[in-house]
Amino acid sequence: MSNYTMHILICGGTGCISAESDIIADEFTKELARVGMTEEVQVLKTGCFGFCEKGPIVKVLPDSTFYVEVTPDDVEELVNEHVVKGRVVDRLLFIDPSSKETIEDSKHMDFYKKQQRVALRNCGFVDPHNIDEYIARDGYQALGQSILEMSQLEVIELMEDANLRGRGGGGFPAGLKWRFTYNNESDQKYVICNADEGDPGAFMDRSILEGDPHSVVEAMAICGYAIGADKGLVYIRAEYPLAIERLQLAIDSAREYGLLGDDIMGSGFNFDIEVKFGAGAFVCGEETALIHSMEGQRGEPTTKPPFPAESGFWGKPTCVNNVETLANVPVILLKGADWFKTIGTEKSPGTKVFALAGKINNVGLIEVPMGTTLREVIYDIGGGIKDGKEFKAVQTGGPSGGCLTAKDLDTPIDFDNLLEKGSMMGSGGMIVMDEDDCMPAVARFYLEFTQEESCGKCTPCRIGTTRLFELLDKITQGKGTMEDLELMKELSHVITDTSLCGLGQTASNPVLSTLDIFWDEYVAHVTDKKCPAGQCTALLEYKITDACTGCTLCTRVCPTDAIDGKLKELHVIDQEKCIKCGACMDRCKFKAIIRE
Amino acid sequence: MAKIKSLDELKALRDSVQNTVDVREHGDNVEDMIIVRVAMATCGIAAGAREIMNFMAHELRDQGIDNVMITQVGCMGLCYAEPTVEVTLKGEEPVVYGNVTEEKALEIIEKHIKNGTMVDGIIPSTHKSLDE
Repeated sequence: MSNYTMHILICGGTGCISAESDIIADEFTKELARVGMTEEVQVLKTGCFGFCEKGPIVKVLPDSTFYVEVTPDDVEELVNEHVVKGRVVDRLLFIDPSSKETIEDSKHMDFYKKQQRVALRNCGFVDPHNIDEYIARDGYQALGQSILEMSQLEVIELMEDANLRGRGGGGFPAGLKWRFTYNNESDQKYVICNADEGDPGAFMDRSILEGDPHSVVEAMAICGYAIGADKGLVYIRAEYPLAIERLQLAIDSAREYGLLGDDIMGSGFNFDIEVKFGAGAFVCGEETALIHSMEGQRGEPTTKPPFPAESGFWGKPTCVNNVETLANVPVILLKGADWFKTIGTEKSPGTKVFALAGKINNVGLIEVPMGTTLREVIYDIGGGIKDGKEFKAVQTGGPSGGCLTAKDLDTPIDFDNLLEKGSMMGSGGMIVMDEDDCMPAVARFYLEFTQEESCGKCTPCRIGTTRLFELLDKITQGKGTMEDLELMKELSHVITDTSLCGLGQTASNPVLSTLDIFWDEYVAHVTDKKCPAGQCTALLEYKITDACTGCTLCTRVCPTDAIDGKLKELHVIDQEKCIKCGACMDRCKFKAIIRE
Repeated sequence: MAKIKSLDELKALRDSVQNTVDVREHGDNVEDMIIVRVAMATCGIAAGAREIMNFMAHELRDQGIDNVMITQVGCMGLCYAEPTVEVTLKGEEPVVYGNVTEEKALEIIEKHIKNGTMVDGIIPSTHKSLDE
């Protein structure tokens, strides 16, 4: 029996591990041994706390003290002060960026106050390596209840009632998907977990698999029982080594406990899971392409119907669910559909996990009830825009989504509202942009991504995205014409209407959305040959004004020797040589260098 | 590990491992809990504070009392009376017991923690903590 009266939780997500959280954990073990406290204090590596901006995070319980940006060198002090003497180490506490107050525990942080953790309920709370901790949190109870006390249809009906919509982006009701797969009779069916998270900047699924892999394992088994499948497969990208390691360990320990395998808990139900690796192609997040990739074929989509529920993996009925969708399943079964529907909005019950990135103070992973407004997410949880700049737009839905602007800040976020606003939920990436971000350049970035990731099977996507990218490139170079803008609109609609799969059908969304909202900015690039945000380097010119004192500092930082001038004389920039890096402007003490 | 063969076995396993996460669950409602602090500086440990803390932790768990948070603190400055145990009921002033033995610890649990009545052995408070 454990005597631990204090638990030290160290974030073991990929982000914090890259900031040496592994070493911090080892240091804690070492230091605790030195002071003879190993029996009283437990050191645990958990999943992601979500507050990646200030990682590595160390949380001390039961008092919930929340230390940020901890380094291995801080551990000795933390042990001497906090563990031995019970005194909080103030200098490592979080300081609220707006009120400048030091905040001792996580409960008083704005970042956590508005969050509600359902899919992430165990992330940053349990040790993902230890199945016992998951079981202590009612883990595998939902599986036991389903297979022993409920019929297959009862499970499906409960899921339909809860109206859990696919969190991978489509928003298709999971219960309905389960029913379709159940209805298709076959000697063999499959459950597939789609862990091919591909949106730039999104890491929800990775964090769930790293922080609470058992919830996904359990949910897959429940789904298997409901639809009549005895085999599950996880399609995960090979560039998620930590998630793969922890998921595999979870599968192995579940097998060891008899929670996977034959005759689970004496129910007569058999289920096992295999992990398959993807090579990281964006298109393989599309379910038919994913299935082809798993079969060893080229990762290319095929037309639907037939849907995977009818003819999926090896032509058998297959249910494909996203990681976050699955992570919700065990809680729904335990707490019921009515409980689930109390969270979120009427048409989109539950919560959604978002990865906040871009020009926002609190970069990280958050989970909020559906219907939370963008303002709450960006200003309350996200802590506002970096460096006090002006909010310009937020891109949701990654390369398939669109932009929302200041006028949409009070829109409650759910599947339908975002579609109505010309964006989409997507898998949950949120890239926040400020006044310095140029929208044509943003659209160009996403098109560069999609044209590279297009599998090339269908012409509209293969050639269309390339042409669209070329047009955007031309505009950001200042060589575009007004006809190009009209052409882009037309081309976008053609790509959307004629592409084979979701990748092509949504690829032009960032273009259409930015053309619609930021038309003036496009026009400025085309007619005035200016980039209002000052980001398109081809359209910029750095100049030195009369304020120059001739201190020669700029000539020394210029990497291309483009600045000429003698000591105490006005300097001049040679525009031919200038690469517009802005180093001189950053360095000038007299604000004598301007950009226009 | 033997395989789990029924839902009851799974529930039994859950109950037996529950305490591994208890301390963390308590973190969610510290305000509502009775706080027991055991002085665990060198003087305290030498006088047997660790044994007293473990004894109390076991006893509370065995009795199924889950509204108590036990934590170790540094030297309270009462080295002459170690082991010392401080009990803070919700909304009340902390009370410090000195020279705590296993029998005294049991009495503190039975009377003070369960019923809110103080027992003998209290060291009159001579100071206040800054944050209280």
